[in-house]
Amino acid sequence: MRKAITGHKAVAEAMRQIEPDVFAVYPITPQSEIAEYYAEYVHEGLVRTELIPAESEHSALSACVGAAAAGARVMTATASQGLALLVEVLYIAAGMRLPIVMALANRALSAPINIHCDHSDAYLARDSGAVQVFCESAQEAYDYTIMAQKLAEHEKVRLPVLVNLDGFTLTHTVQPVDLLEDEVVRRFVGEHNPVFPLLDVDRPVTWGAFAMHDYYFELKRAQESGMEAVPQVFLAVQREFSRVSGRRYAGFFEGYHLEDAEYVMIVLGSTAGTAKAAVDELRKRGLKAGLLKPWLWRPFPANELAEALRAAKAVAVLDRAFSFGTMGALYEDVAAALYAAEHRPTLANYVYGLGGRDTSVPDLIKVFEELRRIPRTEWTLRYIGLRE
Amino acid sequence: MPSIKVLAEREEKEVRFTAGHTLCAGCAEPMVVRTVLNAIEDPVVVASPTGCLEVATSRFPGTAWNVPWIHVAFENAAAVISGVEAAYKALRKKGLITRRTRFVVFAGDGGTYDIGLQALSGALERGHDFLYVCLNNEAYMNTGVQRSSATPQCAATTTAPVGEAIPGKPQERKDLTEIVVAHGVPYVAQAAVSRLIDLANKVERAMKYEGPKFLNVLTTCPLGWRTPRDSAIPQAKLAVETRYWPIYEVMEGRYKINYKPKERVPIEEWLKTQGRFRHLFRDPRGKELIAQIQAEVDRRWELLLQKERCFGPSA
Repeated sequence: MRKAITGHKAVAEAMRQIEPDVFAVYPITPQSEIAEYYAEYVHEGLVRTELIPAESEHSALSACVGAAAAGARVMTATASQGLALLVEVLYIAAGMRLPIVMALANRALSAPINIHCDHSDAYLARDSGAVQVFCESAQEAYDYTIMAQKLAEHEKVRLPVLVNLDGFTLTHTVQPVDLLEDEVVRRFVGEHNPVFPLLDVDRPVTWGAFAMHDYYFELKRAQESGMEAVPQVFLAVQREFSRVSGRRYAGFFEGYHLEDAEYVMIVLGSTAGTAKAAVDELRKRGLKAGLLKPWLWRPFPANELAEALRAAKAVAVLDRAFSFGTMGALYEDVAAALYAAEHRPTLANYVYGLGGRDTSVPDLIKVFEELRRIPRTEWTLRYIGLRE
Repeated sequence: MPSIKVLAEREEKEVRFTAGHTLCAGCAEPMVVRTVLNAIEDPVVVASPTGCLEVATSRFPGTAWNVPWIHVAFENAAAVISGVEAAYKALRKKGLITRRTRFVVFAGDGGTYDIGLQALSGALERGHDFLYVCLNNEAYMNTGVQRSSATPQCAATTTAPVGEAIPGKPQERKDLTEIVVAHGVPYVAQAAVSRLIDLANKVERAMKYEGPKFLNVLTTCPLGWRTPRDSAIPQAKLAVETRYWPIYEVMEGRYKINYKPKERVPIEEWLKTQGRFRHLFRDPRGKELIAQIQAEVDRRWELLLQKERCFGPSA
């Protein structure tokens, strides 16, 4: 069923169809509408979910952790400062191997305070142990919210999954979205099989134990095995979702004219749409331009990415956040992935779009043109659309 | 009302909190925890924030908990139990859980009065069905006796030491019990480790109510109070006799003082037995400070009497 809806509504609809047992949330721009839609579903009696209107994001995720450990299927959503406030608990959710799906309506972090999009919130959670997926459109936000639930709950994964969608650009714009039937989504996500649920009072378990130098290291290594399981499960979930939805998802990233591309742009989220238009224009002019849009950012698909760049002469990696004092986080991922590769294209790092600064097709065409003239990889940050 | 015999029988049948934890010798916490758990007949799920109880009972790969137990962080036990209780409700609606289960938080004063106050207030306001027990030992004992907002005025702590300029903690302790009362929850009470039957009775009365229940239990810490190891019970007893720690409950907004000391024992009698107040008896400013502490104890006691008169069971 095709509908013209906002990214918020698309995510909220996916959540309604999944119908988690517990939805704990605290409102923040630009995520609030997800909380509002879900509250409406609960108050209208459309879902049986227990809604916890928490007094902060920290408590919202803490309640999710309690509910997930108890054996419930749980979801939440946040943005920006909310993510910053709850990030302590996100690390714990990952350490306790709890499958919590969280929509992250990407918004810049303070200061200065700003409500518009960049990826500084997602970057803050980079090392949290949560799986991170980025979406280009409302359709992808809908689809990946559904896929995330299955990925998070897979017995080999059991980790929180963040579904990133660009604040305002995706959350507040109306786009055509193909929705699945409720029944199709329910069958796809299936029954939730919790591990050692706290509510099994006949088999009491201790959750969140205290582990010192004698065990901490081994437990964290075991956590990494959850991350190691993600790529295979991610592909399997994509395959199954493609089958039930008729939409094609195959791989950790989407390539656009990538096969024979000599000049490649790598960018997360909605800006990939702009980049596609830039690639089209440059192809018309005869430049072999291409795009690589990662869907999966954590774990980072390093080998597949290096393989996909085997024809590239130069690659522009775009970061929508500073990692102050060093290069962009996505750039560093790409550089590390290519270091072990036989073919190493020239790399350039661009910071763009901070605090909602618009990035246009001509801006990205300029990046491609500049990329042709960059002689070698340098430790230099470049900027798109910055007044200097 | 559960007698000692009933509590003992229940514990014999099912040990909910086992030996082998690493709490200090003379610590009052296990007595409170066992009494509370034995006073509840239904299955129980427990949440604890970071603190003495948590580190001393959950060192991997061991555990002292023979009931389902969860620790997440320092400031969020009330939020965690909110989630557990919501999960219970959701799974019960689906018919996946049939047995009645109760939810209890054991938290220190640091995790309750200070860093966990927001989460507590949120959970109280939302009306989750749980019992929150504050094991109030009046400082951050787990991390080395730093002051909290439950620490009494003038007490020496590592972050409010006795110095030439400032003799111990300058501020009065926060009246958290009254803050909880202001939330309008069905059951709020103060208890002390020296009165375990009173504590058990309070737990039993509390658990008859749906919704949030709160118990603030004076839980002596010989280490932090700098008293002998065998002093936990007499210390708590004296705190009650001096009216420093009134034993009372507020049921549906109705105040009842459960124990009124017949004689007015001066606060000095309690202060002089504790190392954390030793300076008050050596310093020339001590007399005046003791008088201040006494005045505050008297003021709070009078206020409580007035509340009982105005909002008592018969008022």
